[in-house]
Amino acid sequence: MDSQHPPLETLQDIKRIMERSSRFISLSGWSGISAGVCALLGAWAGHSRIASYLQTVRGSSYYRGETATVSDSATALMQDLVIIAAITFITAFISAFLFTWARSRKNGTPLWDPIVQRLAWNTILPMVIGGLVLVRAMQWGYFELVAPGCLIFYGLALVNASKYTLGEIRYLGYGQLILGIINLWAIGGGLYFWAAGFGLLHILYGVIMWWKYERRP
Amino acid sequence: MKNPIENLNKVFDSRIRMGVMSILIVNEEVSFNDLKQMLDVTDGNLASHMVNLEENGFIKVHKGFIGRKTNTTYSITRAGEKAFKDHIEALENMIRGMK
Repeated sequence: MDSQHPPLETLQDIKRIMERSSRFISLSGWSGISAGVCALLGAWAGHSRIASYLQTVRGSSYYRGETATVSDSATALMQDLVIIAAITFITAFISAFLFTWARSRKNGTPLWDPIVQRLAWNTILPMVIGGLVLVRAMQWGYFELVAPGCLIFYGLALVNASKYTLGEIRYLGYGQLILGIINLWAIGGGLYFWAAGFGLLHILYGVIMWWKYERRP
Repeated sequence: MKNPIENLNKVFDSRIRMGVMSILIVNEEVSFNDLKQMLDVTDGNLASHMVNLEENGFIKVHKGFIGRKTNTTYSITRAGEKAFKDHIEALENMIRGMK
């Protein structure tokens, strides 16, 4: 061993190369925060849409036999909620992607290499399967299962992904799983659990990760 | 007392060979091109180090094809894993000895 490479520095190099070659380390805390904010806005939009629907139902001439209007506005409500959810998901994904993209450029790590491919596959697989299950659940009218289902499949995706990126994401996954399972026995509070999981937990996780890895002392 | 440096493996003195082993110990199988990209080295430079590691019995070479292009991948051997872990341990012992 020559004096240019003291053992501590060599060990640090080995650790850095091991991490870089097996995990995607540029996931930004800001991604969590921005996704959480998007989710809270989405939950708020959904909440006000439901409130306006309830007002329509109560104010309508339901008792005079005009049931057609009520079922029309229920269909419209479902459509609007699905649109709100889709917009929320897309904006959350894009904002999360942008922050991570910026960080990976700063770190000089590539955004599309075998490590990222493995991470993407292991995250997307549980989410796509979960999405399929939930679409079928909605087609059969089990709307109550959508919120806990989202939380549970997303939680499983995160736990699965934790092997290929910063390991702490596992705890975010556990949090989503716990909320989703409680929600299964607290059917009806779906929107609140959804806001807590996708909103608050994401923001909490993002702040902790930012504090740990990105903060400038 | 034994000289702590004698436990260091000469093969891993080279930064590139040390880098290759660091990658292969945490990844089952890695292609030549991915190694090249991760370590930021040239073809010829990396190839000579890979031959050296193979001759020492530390890595296994798998030659395959993707279409008509050759696709060479590498994985670590039992002996390689042991040698590299011993090397890391020796480095750690040196640090402890310095304190």
